[in-house]
Amino acid sequence: MSVGLDIRLKRANKVYHEGEVLAGVVVISSKEAVQHQGISLTMEGLVNLQLSSKSVGVFEAFYNSVKPIQLITSNIEVVKPGKVPGGKTEIPFEFPLHAKGNKVLYETYHGVFVNIQYTLRCDMKRSLLAKDLSKTCEFMVHCQPQKGRLQPSPVDFSITPETLQNIRERVSLPKFLIRGHLDATSCVITQPLTGELVVENSEVPIKSIELQLVRVETCGCAEGYARDATEIQNIQIAEGDVCHGLPIPIYMIFPRLFTCPTLETTNFKIEFEVNVVIVLQDDHLITENFPLKLCRV
Amino acid sequence: TSHEVFVQLAPIVLFPLVRHSRVRAYESELRAARLEAVPLEPGDPHPLKSITVRRCPLQAVTTQGSTSSSSSSGSVAPDPLSSMLDGTDPLSMFAAASASESGRKRREKEEEVGPDFEPWSAKRGEILARFTTTEKLSIVSEKIHWLAPNSTVSEKVRNRLEELDDMEEGSQRELLNLSQQDYVNRIEELNQNLKEAWSSDQKVKALKIVIQCSKLLSDTSVIQFYPSKFVLITDILDTFGRLVYERIWSMCSDSRAMPESFTADDVNDTAKETCLNWFFKIASIRELIPRLYPWQLGCTCHIFIGIQETLPRLTAMIRGIGDPLVAVYARAYLCRVGMEVAPHLKESLKKNFFDLLASFRQIHSDSVQNQLVLQRVEIPVYLTLYSPAINWILQCVSYRAPETLLTEMMERCKKLANNALLLNSVMWAFRAEFVAARATDFIGMIKDCDEAGFPKHLLFGSLGRSLACADPPENERLSILNEAWKVITKVRSPQVTQIKFVDFTKREVNTVLADIIKHMTPDRAFEDAYPQLQSVIRKILNYFHDFSVLFSMERFLPFLDMFQKDSVRVDVCRSIMEVFIKHQQEPTRDPVILNALLHVCKTMHDSVNALTLEDEKRSLSLLINGFIRMVSFGRDFEQQLSFCVEARATFCNLEPVLVQLIHTVNQLAMETRRVMRGNHSRKTAAFVRACAAYSFITIPSLTSIFSRLNLYLLSGQVALANQCLSQADAFFKAAVSLLPEVPRSITVEGKLRSSEAFLLDFISNFLSTLLVVPDHPEQGVLYLVRGLLNMVQDYTWEENSDAKVRVYISALPLLAAMSQDTYLYAIPKVDSNETLYGGDPKFLAEVNKLCETLIGQVLDHLKALGRDEGAGVRKQGTLAFSLFGCLLAHGDLRNNKLSQLAVNLWNLSHKHGYCDTRNSVRTLEYIKHQSQQPDMAHLSEMALRLSLQSRA
Repeated sequence: MSVGLDIRLKRANKVYHEGEVLAGVVVISSKEAVQHQGISLTMEGLVNLQLSSKSVGVFEAFYNSVKPIQLITSNIEVVKPGKVPGGKTEIPFEFPLHAKGNKVLYETYHGVFVNIQYTLRCDMKRSLLAKDLSKTCEFMVHCQPQKGRLQPSPVDFSITPETLQNIRERVSLPKFLIRGHLDATSCVITQPLTGELVVENSEVPIKSIELQLVRVETCGCAEGYARDATEIQNIQIAEGDVCHGLPIPIYMIFPRLFTCPTLETTNFKIEFEVNVVIVLQDDHLITENFPLKLCRV
Repeated sequence: TSHEVFVQLAPIVLFPLVRHSRVRAYESELRAARLEAVPLEPGDPHPLKSITVRRCPLQAVTTQGSTSSSSSSGSVAPDPLSSMLDGTDPLSMFAAASASESGRKRREKEEEVGPDFEPWSAKRGEILARFTTTEKLSIVSEKIHWLAPNSTVSEKVRNRLEELDDMEEGSQRELLNLSQQDYVNRIEELNQNLKEAWSSDQKVKALKIVIQCSKLLSDTSVIQFYPSKFVLITDILDTFGRLVYERIWSMCSDSRAMPESFTADDVNDTAKETCLNWFFKIASIRELIPRLYPWQLGCTCHIFIGIQETLPRLTAMIRGIGDPLVAVYARAYLCRVGMEVAPHLKESLKKNFFDLLASFRQIHSDSVQNQLVLQRVEIPVYLTLYSPAINWILQCVSYRAPETLLTEMMERCKKLANNALLLNSVMWAFRAEFVAARATDFIGMIKDCDEAGFPKHLLFGSLGRSLACADPPENERLSILNEAWKVITKVRSPQVTQIKFVDFTKREVNTVLADIIKHMTPDRAFEDAYPQLQSVIRKILNYFHDFSVLFSMERFLPFLDMFQKDSVRVDVCRSIMEVFIKHQQEPTRDPVILNALLHVCKTMHDSVNALTLEDEKRSLSLLINGFIRMVSFGRDFEQQLSFCVEARATFCNLEPVLVQLIHTVNQLAMETRRVMRGNHSRKTAAFVRACAAYSFITIPSLTSIFSRLNLYLLSGQVALANQCLSQADAFFKAAVSLLPEVPRSITVEGKLRSSEAFLLDFISNFLSTLLVVPDHPEQGVLYLVRGLLNMVQDYTWEENSDAKVRVYISALPLLAAMSQDTYLYAIPKVDSNETLYGGDPKFLAEVNKLCETLIGQVLDHLKALGRDEGAGVRKQGTLAFSLFGCLLAHGDLRNNKLSQLAVNLWNLSHKHGYCDTRNSVRTLEYIKHQSQQPDMAHLSEMALRLSLQSRA
């Protein structure tokens, strides 16, 4: 006898905002009637912080995970112990989304050292003989649109051997001139990152031009803080020896879940940067870094 | 029993009768048989009238309530034919069914893209055939860089990624040393995998296959094969695009029916979400080309979420592709998707093209050169790889584009230092009229091109192709030709002859032909250039429909002589004849045309040998017949006849041609008769006799016995009409004496069939002619009829066949008609037997005797049939009934014996219950109806004796 337990949210995209009501149904499907000791729903919003092994020792990282921060939690009993009749039973539920105390509901974010995640779990307790059933479902929270006008703050850039830092032998560097601009460094998260890039000239043919989206996560803890930059995605915008003088579009869509509006709290920070990476045929790697500020409007 | 019936019948038949057949008054019968003519009032509605549109003043409508449909202004009652067509024509229904799978897409497309847009599918095969390689190919499956996996990704994402990893382990390998065929197979395999993956709900795997395929497109290692590779791989992409589209479409239509033309607002959330998911997934693909192609594909799905900016963005993204060949094909694909999804968004197409121009110099960049050196590919070969893509892009951009845009594009092309490759594509893709109007400009540009990259004769070929479709301005034609020819004469390549003659006069074409001959004759160069020379001929024929001009060119026939290979030669002749038949409106007598065409036809005829297929012969004969039909010497009949004589000598191997000649000659005789208004002078009489003689000696050379028989009959009729009695006699006699040779089965359309039906047909036809054939003074009475019947008697009919008896029964009406005082029909100026014998009782007695004999024969046969139970009895009934019908129609039933015979036959036919009751009832009604007529009262009495037998 198999019992199916499922949670279905009303919204297809599973995106909710603070103050809204998370609504849906618990679906129990079974051929025969199901005896149970009560069905409950738990909604929880957590920030998980993790220290990277780079900033602290490996063991420390393993044990010393920072305590998760609870943003929201709520538990209700949907059905009292009893029997659910056979067939498909749908039990509607609603949760108001209100943060605990004076906390804010941060936007859902899946990172490496910081994870902000909202889950809804349904548990069906059963008698000793049968296993308890449980079903978890993640839902997304988008933070409230930021107030105030957003300054796009565009940026022009020009990359030549002279502008580079961090090089070993400046002499061996081939000549090149790459110009371009980003339309905005304060980006709306739902809008793509746009701009243009022109290879004006390059002594050595270009192999590839890429956009690297990087997250910079900072976790504060008792011993200070750890700041780590990791790659989210790498988008190639040019392959091969592109036409000189012809503007190549810079275009990158911010991936969902893996990005969120730039966030700064007392305990942790989430920031984003984009690197324009130019790889030359002789495997020289030229990177230009631009900090981004993401927000939601 | 049936035997008793015959015992009773016998004495009746032998009873001598003055006249068996009833007297007919043909005219009054005809009058009585006509439908009653009802005078038609002008206002009456007529069933046929509703088809025509009548315009009446609008006020009149109200006055005519019931007939308003036919008279109201503008409202046309449905024409039964058209109403049938616009409904559900079964053929178009099939087409509609197959089209409905992506109905929406098509419908939208139709608005913008008409049938004059050559679709991609048409190009596909051509590209595949053209770009092939013998090099070894390889397929590399690399790991695809997706979003970097995290330590704490959600469960769903982790699953997906694991799935991906599994996949990769299986497919991460390099397939080296594939031959082209292996490669194609491998790609087809991928296509299958894709479909399987999709149907087994492994959507991510499907996407992965697509990405892998797209990645192959960034590999230009065997560059000659690239266009074909592009075609193969985009096939897979198309499959995927369709699958995704269908899936999302089905999600939309799950909950409620979608409106035919929907917008993003009509799409439900689930579908939108799925679409977005795909979109995000694709947008995060690391590498450019594997991201670009699925993205373009995704355009089809963007209707679900809105697309406006996608196309321009993709256009710009293609700039990032460094390899010019890869880029140009990506553009071609984008144009294709663009035309499919949103043909109204011309802007991005245009932008695409200008981007292409902007990045054009890439073709000559160092990296490309190095690659070519490495792969040992020549520049001209390399450049031709671009043609399909550039042609396609230009075709898309210039499709229904305004003149100004084309001009702008031209100008831009010019700025690029007259790049030959581009020029070539422009000439291919732009409207022919546009090119033609600027032909001089183009020639100038062609001249300016440097020879190194792209062979000039290809350019001239393209120009010629455009000029083929549209004429350049009159005054420029000569200079165009001169300029073009100057270049062409320098290149001794057969391809030069692709140039088009459409716009030039006879003298110039003549010069050109002379030039070609001069070029081709040394070393028998023409042997390698037959296709090109053939196309020259075709083009000349396209333009010159006036054959007198064509053949008066002194170089034309020598040009034809260059085709020395038999098959090619016949092909050329054939195309000449086809054009002649199609375009020659009026019969001709021009000796130049006749001589030349006779020569051409003779060439075709001479190609026929023992091994020639029937079909081939048939089509050749058709062409020659077409020619013969077009020959007319007007009033000069004798010359026409002598032409026929010549033609007979020339085309003796093609039977259908001989048949046609006989028909022509017969027609000639009839024409002579018409001209002389039936009164032949001595000269014309001699001429028509000559015609008859022509037919008479031509017919025996035919092998088909039935065409011989029919032609004898026909020619006999013609001779008779022309008062050539002895000739007619000869024809008929020949026909009669030919009868025994008729085989019992003949081949019809490759199948062996019994000849009986044909023979019966022929004999009936023959019999009806014999009514008007006067007896020969030296032969006995009715000797032709007798002769025919004797032949019928002696002929070895099929076993168990009633054919002989049927002939006898059908001869009875003839005999009845012959015994009338005035015959049903006659030939002017020919005395038939009615006049010859003038109702002589002896003649009538002869006829009667013949009738008796025939009836006796039929009755004997009936008796014989009666002995055989089953099938025989059934046949007996049918035959008896038809004899009864014959007697009823033609016999004089006032004669008691005859009416007794009729009644007996009726009973016999009903005895075994095999007759058709409805038929019997109808016959009975007819008899009753007839008995109302004057002099037919005796029928009512007979009717009483005829009983309808209920099937017991």
